[in-house]
Amino acid sequence: MGLKTPLYDVHVRQGAKIVDFGGWDMPLHYGSQIEEHHAVRRDAGMFDVSHMAVLDLKGGRVREFLRFLLANDVARLKIFGKALYSCMLLPNGGVIDDLIVYYLADNWYRLVVNAGTRNKDLVWIRRHAAGHAVEVAERQDLAMIAVQGPTARQKTASLLMPAQQTAVLELKPFFGAAAGSWFAARTGYTGEDGFEIMIPAEDAADAWNGLRAQGVKPAGLGARDTLRLEAGMNLYGNDMDENHHPLESGLGWTVAFEPADRAFIGREALENARRAGGPELVGLILEDRGVLRSHQKVMRAGSSKAPAGEVTSGTFSPTMNRSIALARVPDPSQTAVQVEIRGKLHAARVVKPPFVRHGKALIEI
Amino acid sequence: MSSIPADLKYTKSHEWVRQVQNGAVEIGITDHAQSALGDLVFVEVPDVGRTLGIGEACAVVESVKAASDVYSPLGGNVTASNAALASQPELLNQDPYGAGWLFRLQTSGGSADAAPLMSAAAYASFLADETK
Repeated sequence: MGLKTPLYDVHVRQGAKIVDFGGWDMPLHYGSQIEEHHAVRRDAGMFDVSHMAVLDLKGGRVREFLRFLLANDVARLKIFGKALYSCMLLPNGGVIDDLIVYYLADNWYRLVVNAGTRNKDLVWIRRHAAGHAVEVAERQDLAMIAVQGPTARQKTASLLMPAQQTAVLELKPFFGAAAGSWFAARTGYTGEDGFEIMIPAEDAADAWNGLRAQGVKPAGLGARDTLRLEAGMNLYGNDMDENHHPLESGLGWTVAFEPADRAFIGREALENARRAGGPELVGLILEDRGVLRSHQKVMRAGSSKAPAGEVTSGTFSPTMNRSIALARVPDPSQTAVQVEIRGKLHAARVVKPPFVRHGKALIEI
Repeated sequence: MSSIPADLKYTKSHEWVRQVQNGAVEIGITDHAQSALGDLVFVEVPDVGRTLGIGEACAVVESVKAASDVYSPLGGNVTASNAALASQPELLNQDPYGAGWLFRLQTSGGSADAAPLMSAAAYASFLADETK
């Protein structure tokens, strides 16, 4: 028996196949994860992401604290409601977690962190927060639903009062705003437009069923994984973890080295890593039939004996009808490699993610 | 509940066997197996003419989630394999006991009844135990 979100009973009634995910009983799919994937690319789908932890950080020095805690710089957030994606690092540069931080007021920021890392995140954040007089409150009273797809915003807004509809439909990408008892943000993990909405737990089932009545298709973790991988987005624990820093995880763009005088946890290690160079995360498209999976070995083209990296996340792309992957390779200048799948070598092409955005494949097959 | 047709025989590794005529059988994976695997995206069937031993890994069914070997429930020669699955692996999800068949064998040991296969009732109680 795992932890359950406020929507668990709704999922079971709607035919979800439930699996354990980081200690939570979550929907894997409601029948066909490929149909759910296509619904998000072509129309609208929704995911229960209430297992993720919402943390409110408050205090007069909260901004100064977050500038020290996170590898990205919250000083980049100048307008209320604006969101930022960041890694939270160990002093050696290893990634404790990746998260989204929202700027809600000068003394109030909101963090959304992964379910599987919640406990260690809270310990780490609270340990450092104490010295900055920052209060950390976990919002277990909130449920979260990600509504994603080309029609997701319209369908979601139709559940709101007219004045609130206007407010959420005017949100620019990576902005959030309160709308009645909701907090809606134009963010996601699929490469499609849409919202992630935070709502009081007791209202979650009504919101879910209301969205379903608008034609938003329930989708599970299976589709969430194929969508995020097509979108070239990392999964914590696969593509980065405490043993791998952001620069070798395709996340260099999330590290704010400027201004140079901002001290943040992990800075020194990352500066050294940046000078030294090292492996990088690249995209792979399998030229043959078969499916790339995490931990498969990558070899140099034309050689069965020269290891050239490892697949960190692999799957079948329903949009491209091919297998795709993220892989960590020491030499990212290679354009062709081989991947060992079940004892046999298969040709794969090295590409730059994302693979798919807004319903369209970005890479020619 | 998954479907378990009464006229077929079953293995513990979730293959089914249909007696076609004396010594000729058709083989696939069960409804329970396809459901557990999820959406299939890639199916590799054995070549016609290949000789298979009992329990030999002879086909691969791969879903978005995982790859899984299929073991031949009987020994014999492969007389046909389902080529449609190469372009339409979803047939195996939609119709595991019909259009999603994997291959046909001319068995070496005569009748399929002789092999250690389970009846539908025995497979149903095996599944009930396994999923407890």
